[in-house]
Amino acid sequence: MIVKVLGSGCMNCQKLKALAEKAVQQLGIDAQIVEVKDIQEIMAHGVMATPALVVDEQLRLAGRVPSLDEVVRILQKAQ
Amino acid sequence: MDPFYPLQLLADWLTYTVFGLAPASKLGSSLDFFLFDMPKVLILLAVVIFLVAIVRSFFPPEKTRKYLSHSRLYAGNVAAALLGIVTPFCSCSAVPLFIGFVESGVPLGVTFSFLVASPMINEVAVILLYGLFGWRIAALYIGSGLAIAITSGIVIGKLGLESWVEEYVYQIRMGEAADVPEQTWQERLSYATGYVKEIVGKVWPYVVVGIGVGAVMHGYIPADALARYAGPGNPFAVPVAILIGVPLYSNAAGVIPLVSVLTEKGVSMGTALAFMMAVVGLSLPEAIILRKVLKPKLIAVYFGVNAVGIMIIGYLFNAVLH
Repeated sequence: MIVKVLGSGCMNCQKLKALAEKAVQQLGIDAQIVEVKDIQEIMAHGVMATPALVVDEQLRLAGRVPSLDEVVRILQKAQ
Repeated sequence: MDPFYPLQLLADWLTYTVFGLAPASKLGSSLDFFLFDMPKVLILLAVVIFLVAIVRSFFPPEKTRKYLSHSRLYAGNVAAALLGIVTPFCSCSAVPLFIGFVESGVPLGVTFSFLVASPMINEVAVILLYGLFGWRIAALYIGSGLAIAITSGIVIGKLGLESWVEEYVYQIRMGEAADVPEQTWQERLSYATGYVKEIVGKVWPYVVVGIGVGAVMHGYIPADALARYAGPGNPFAVPVAILIGVPLYSNAAGVIPLVSVLTEKGVSMGTALAFMMAVVGLSLPEAIILRKVLKPKLIAVYFGVNAVGIMIIGYLFNAVLH
């Protein structure tokens, strides 16, 4: 599974990345977390508000920092 | 009845009964001011930010963009300014947001109305103004913020400055705006709670310091002491206030309690509002972020049009409000 965190590297993006890492660890799944900072690639996902979470090329969340539970649920659903 | 009346009773009781200070004393007056305003402002912040976060969860930027694409001059500017208030957007998403708007055919002037309104009409500022000055000043602030956002967008639209946007913006191909799953109520509530914690956690030290300094001035500086320098008689007060306000971006939450005391000491209302709008609406960090998509000339126009707008509002209120 490839989990992409989209964002310019701002504080909220760092928070989302940390949450994604925690969620992956908690679920014990095999996932690679990738930070996407390139604006062209962010836009290619149709995202206008960062941070955003893309799981296996599917946009799952944009424009806010969710709770850890929500990230865990998103990853579970995507499995 | 004033819903904060019990807080005033509590502050009075603590100051005059528990600490035994005389109501006429400087220290007593300062402490009473602090003990009343501090909890009042923090309660207002928590409640209103929670409500704002819930409202905002219904207006993701993707939806806003859909409303505004191919909108026309004037009507589009009004809609953009109004949507700028409710669309959540942290300054770090300014770049994707801008590109997304331009890409989907939102006219440049309409995009600017949105970009101006969004930081200018800041919910923390609205709450503090309501708490410290009453609803009339808060409404004036919202109204004048909207007026500036709408007119500066119209001006920028009329000037036809599309070539002052960085070229690569027009080349970016945006992916099909993916459907982010609609949030459930549980997610909205948890988002709103988290947002309250984040904002209050970030601004409370500024509020404490701002109200603290305000409280000391309230008790120790005689009323109207500043009227000579920044009262209605000084024509330069407004531009000077704006110049001082621009670099103070991050301290908006602390500046407003201070502003309330400044007006009490004789700074005229228009000057104080202009100062505050410059603090909240014209920020250097935002300019640096927007530099990625705008050429310096367009950033200068953006700041210039805004500053002029704020100045006009300042003079207007100085003339109208006494």
